[in-house]
Amino acid sequence: MKGFDGAVREPYHSVHEWLSTQKIDDLRRKRSEAEALFRRTGITFAVYGDDAATERLIPFDIVPRILSGAEWRRLSAGIEQRVRALNAFMYDIYHRQEIIKAGRIPADLVIQNAAFVPEMMCVEPARGIYSHIIGIDLVRTSENEFFVLEDNTRTPSGVSYMLENRETMMHMFPELFSRNRVQAVEDYPESLRLTLESVAPDNLDRAPTCVVLTPGIHNSAYFEHSFLADQMGVELVEGQDLVVVDGALHMKTTRGLRQVDVVYRRIDDPFLDPLVFRRDSVLGVPGIFDVYRAGRLTIVNAPGAGIADDKSIYTYVPDIVEFYTGRPPILKNVPTYQCRKPDDLTYVLENLEKLVVKEVHGSGGYGMLVGPAASRDEVDMFRMKVKARPERYIAQPTLALSTCPTLVEAGIAERHIDLRPFVLVGDRVRLTPGGLTRVALREGSLVVNSSQGGGTKDTWVLQE
Amino acid sequence: MLGRTANDLFWMSRYIERAENMARLLEVGYRIALLPREGGGEPEWFSTLRSAGCEQGFLEKYKTYATDDVVRYMLFDPDNFSSVYSCLSTARRNARAQRTAMTREMWESLNSAWIEFAAINQKALTSDKLPPLFDWIKERSALFRGALLNTILRNDTFYFNQLGTFLERADNTARILDVKYYVLLPHAELVGGEIDNAQWSAILRSVSAHRSYHWVYRESYKPWRVADYLILNRQMPRSLRSCYDEIANALAELNTYYGATNGCETQARDTLRLLSEANMTTIFQSGLHEFLADFIGRNNGLGSAISKTYHFAD
Repeated sequence: MKGFDGAVREPYHSVHEWLSTQKIDDLRRKRSEAEALFRRTGITFAVYGDDAATERLIPFDIVPRILSGAEWRRLSAGIEQRVRALNAFMYDIYHRQEIIKAGRIPADLVIQNAAFVPEMMCVEPARGIYSHIIGIDLVRTSENEFFVLEDNTRTPSGVSYMLENRETMMHMFPELFSRNRVQAVEDYPESLRLTLESVAPDNLDRAPTCVVLTPGIHNSAYFEHSFLADQMGVELVEGQDLVVVDGALHMKTTRGLRQVDVVYRRIDDPFLDPLVFRRDSVLGVPGIFDVYRAGRLTIVNAPGAGIADDKSIYTYVPDIVEFYTGRPPILKNVPTYQCRKPDDLTYVLENLEKLVVKEVHGSGGYGMLVGPAASRDEVDMFRMKVKARPERYIAQPTLALSTCPTLVEAGIAERHIDLRPFVLVGDRVRLTPGGLTRVALREGSLVVNSSQGGGTKDTWVLQE
Repeated sequence: MLGRTANDLFWMSRYIERAENMARLLEVGYRIALLPREGGGEPEWFSTLRSAGCEQGFLEKYKTYATDDVVRYMLFDPDNFSSVYSCLSTARRNARAQRTAMTREMWESLNSAWIEFAAINQKALTSDKLPPLFDWIKERSALFRGALLNTILRNDTFYFNQLGTFLERADNTARILDVKYYVLLPHAELVGGEIDNAQWSAILRSVSAHRSYHWVYRESYKPWRVADYLILNRQMPRSLRSCYDEIANALAELNTYYGATNGCETQARDTLRLLSEANMTTIFQSGLHEFLADFIGRNNGLGSAISKTYHFAD
């Protein structure tokens, strides 16, 4: 909230004033009300099993995170540039591989990559788009500096929290919304539906039928799957509800089979089709990949889209942006050391205490070292891990992440935050103002992942 | 709509209805168990368990009909798939799997019922807390049903819920009658006396009809009237006739909505005709028990036909 000079920044003035008039006990009460609301609505993520006990809430913080309209405009331009370039990159990788031929990215980094799906070579996805739904994780380090921490081009989650956080805030603090002109986020489901319809296979003689494919109620993001299907007014299906007949995908309805044109899948590549990928998958649909390859179905996001968000590819994204758009990237990457490079490795091993070390294929904040917060033993253990398999690790400097006032045990205190805007790519790029702000609830912590005790906040973009 | 969705909605409504029926049956059984008995002895729980369709499962676990055991088995036992616990848990699981077919009001009423029920401390449930709990279960079912009727779209989502509710209700009413059919035979009046009066009253109470009976018949309980009320009377919302009015109607609407015809509607109409053309004299002549057994069979048959016709599980 405060600028790096310590003064309250302009977009926060009104909320700062409001916050200073609130009693902590009232705020606490409001927060428990909000949590009761979340639980009643079923906005939970399942840890495992289906008992109420294992359906956890992601902690919701009632102090909003605020961006000015001008800040958002700059960010939007950077995000749009980045998602277009990432899609162009994927099209190239799965076709002529010009970027490799041009020597801008090492071939083995792509071809040997676990996220690279060779079966996708020369497949023509509708409109040439691979990643239609992208979440870009950003952190702010100074007044005018945002860095991209990570791209999520497979199946980014969290958008339902963005929407429900806003609903909850408007329900609990209507006065805040009359005092601040906050840009609406509620159009997201409609934008998502339009995006899905815009990438339906060509030459349909009817309105496209879209579905959301979920692994089922035991999946940790099941709430989000059902929420999005419901908000868009499309069927929420499981693998068992789908079948390939006569070269087309169908769902099993009360009136028999009905053809499906667009699948927004929330299951991972390996589980999509037991005939092509993992044979033991019971979540997917046998034959679905053939239908896709024949152009009679669109899968969103495309199989193999993970190649663009792999942590080892991440380092090259600035080059990727420049290569495909011919312009310098608007959004910067966090400087990253690749432990597979000998020079970088030497630096990382000498400076472990200052760095954040991540597994290349890890996600969710598991298996990472936050040097400044780690014990000597932890640092030593990581030193051995990195030495043993350097190619598995990257390292980044710890950034002076921005903070936002947050309601904690001791009252209101500053906590570190990041931002995940959600971008849709179809007939055009659609970007919802704001996104999901995640907050590290432990003092000094930089880890915002919900699996590691992070919470979320409503994110405001003010009208200009 | 997905066949799986139709299946889940149908069973969700069936299980909510069943939870309510369990509460009602327990309420009546409990009331009788509290009354002083000649010569002491154990209260008669067998017919309650039988009406609820749980007597076999109960006897596999317990040797005697201790009130506490019966209550625990019918309310909380996860091994009993008709216990209130199992009903609410299954209904909620189905609802969760079909959030897209649920309105927010429906989901919230069911979800909060489940959260509150799962939080009940069984050890602290003293006997004075049981009647309020039975009421609470009935209220929760009413709240869910009200949310459904007030908010759901009148399309296949609605009709499959209706079918679940009324097939379950018809089955339940028929089973209550069948377990006690001997006290409803005309000659039973000759045996007469206070005990039978209490039995008739209990039957009516278990379908919440002990007061409305007087408004409809304007006389004291007569066994054939009780039977007439619960089988043939259109005004009584839990009678077999009423249930089949709703079922036939839902199937007709469903066919109109789908622009199709099928055997289910014909099957339902046949049963409805049987109920609308019968009178108690002929039913007693051919045997009340036989009539009810035939009805229960037809009702189950219709359930299977619906599940097959609408691809509940392909």
